[in-house]
Amino acid sequence: MQFDWMKIPYSLLTLFIVVNFGMILTAFIAKIAARVGRRNGIRIWQNYADLIKSYGSRSSITHGAMFYLAPVFRLTGGVGLLLFVPTIYGSSMFSNLSFAGDLILALYFVFFGTLGMALGAAESGHPHAAIGVSRGLSQVTTSELPLALAVYSVALQYHTLSVTAIVAAQQGGFEHWTLFTNPLAVAAAMLAFLGSMMRPPFDVVLAPQEIPIGPPTEYHSSYLALMQTNRAIYPIAKIVVYMNLFFGGAGNWPVFFLKVFLIYMVSVFVGVVFPRFRVEQSIRWFLIWAVPLGILSIMLV
Amino acid sequence: MKEELLKRTVKGPDGVEFEVEPLRDYYCEAAPTVMHGAYIKIVEDLFNWARAESLWILGFGTGCGAIEMRPLMTPRFDAYRYGIQWRPTPRQANLLVISGYLSVKTLKRAIRAYEQMQNPKYVVGLGSCTINGGMYWDSYNTIKRLDQYLPVDIYIAGCMPRPEALLAGFEDLKKLIRTGQAEGANQYAERFDWYKTNQKQVIHDWDMPEYNW
Repeated sequence: MQFDWMKIPYSLLTLFIVVNFGMILTAFIAKIAARVGRRNGIRIWQNYADLIKSYGSRSSITHGAMFYLAPVFRLTGGVGLLLFVPTIYGSSMFSNLSFAGDLILALYFVFFGTLGMALGAAESGHPHAAIGVSRGLSQVTTSELPLALAVYSVALQYHTLSVTAIVAAQQGGFEHWTLFTNPLAVAAAMLAFLGSMMRPPFDVVLAPQEIPIGPPTEYHSSYLALMQTNRAIYPIAKIVVYMNLFFGGAGNWPVFFLKVFLIYMVSVFVGVVFPRFRVEQSIRWFLIWAVPLGILSIMLV
Repeated sequence: MKEELLKRTVKGPDGVEFEVEPLRDYYCEAAPTVMHGAYIKIVEDLFNWARAESLWILGFGTGCGAIEMRPLMTPRFDAYRYGIQWRPTPRQANLLVISGYLSVKTLKRAIRAYEQMQNPKYVVGLGSCTINGGMYWDSYNTIKRLDQYLPVDIYIAGCMPRPEALLAGFEDLKKLIRTGQAEGANQYAERFDWYKTNQKQVIHDWDMPEYNW
């Protein structure tokens, strides 16, 4: 098999653009959420200062190998998800390392970071971390269920497991988007999307006002910095998958930025309006509202 | 020493007996060391800038002054726009605000929280009580001078200082950090014995290791 080595620097360029876009976008989103609460909110470059500060921390302690590896796993989940899915459709520079069947791999990567986090949080030995991660895993698992159903429905609809082929099938006007050709699958996936963005009403896992911030309770300095980097990459990478599967992909960077922002705003709109769910409430909500939609979409396809 | 902190043999649910020594097993006793910054000045300056612009306060209110910190999170004062956030865990925080009087019982917890924070870390004494005891100067169970027990970077005087005074104090702290003068964590490591002697003079039921992080 021929491997095009130029793909590596191109992928790194994609990563660089997405990291910076993610840092600024998350700060911007935080500002929007703050404005809803009539605050000014953090500064637009605040995430950079936080990140540099965490990397610049002089001391750090470890609780063992898994504690050390968990942030690495988490970052791998975000970067892997981004790199194995085409970022810009039709561009040889930014199609990254996508290949036929990458849809299944993407589904794995969505879950990968959470599992790594579970191991690390367990090893940190802090009871809050253990409670937080058990809440997180149960919530992510149920929110993953409708997403998986929607993804299979889309794969059945287009008879392919390649994200590039799915994007290609949606070209030629927005009426070809999965959003309009298979609205039930998109509805199920968007409900799942709310659950995985760590915004209210589904942020009981990480919210500082709950048991102190859950899984990352013991994480600090460079460990935390890796997780902060992932916080910038992962939502974008996830939205890229959604954009490719359901919203026709993006042909160039301006369209990419706009679509990612709008899809992100869906979770923000819901988040600023609705109060936080407890874990059992959110699980019930996913099982009652999102999963039947996913099953229905598969049956109709 | 409390009973649950003593060395003892425990029988597990599977019948295996093993020895537990809580003070050694659960804590790290190694004393703190002086940690130097980056060797290249411009890198250390960048780090200092980032530390100043990203103050993460440990959400730990020790006295009545804590009530003056809450308005900072609300729309009226909104400290977030100055890069000040609250973290619920000492591991991630780099600023400990001793908010008001500190009873001996709370001092113990404050020391433990402070020692779990990572170098570099800063301490702000809020209110007159942290400077000279304030209205509690003749109380039997509060400490009078905070800087005998923890290295304080900056005091915000008043009883109570208003949230505006706190914001001004944080801005002053930022200037100290940016010029590299806020090295409280290293001072604590350098004069570790002095601090420990002072702490033990007031804390009589010392049931924790020398240094617990």
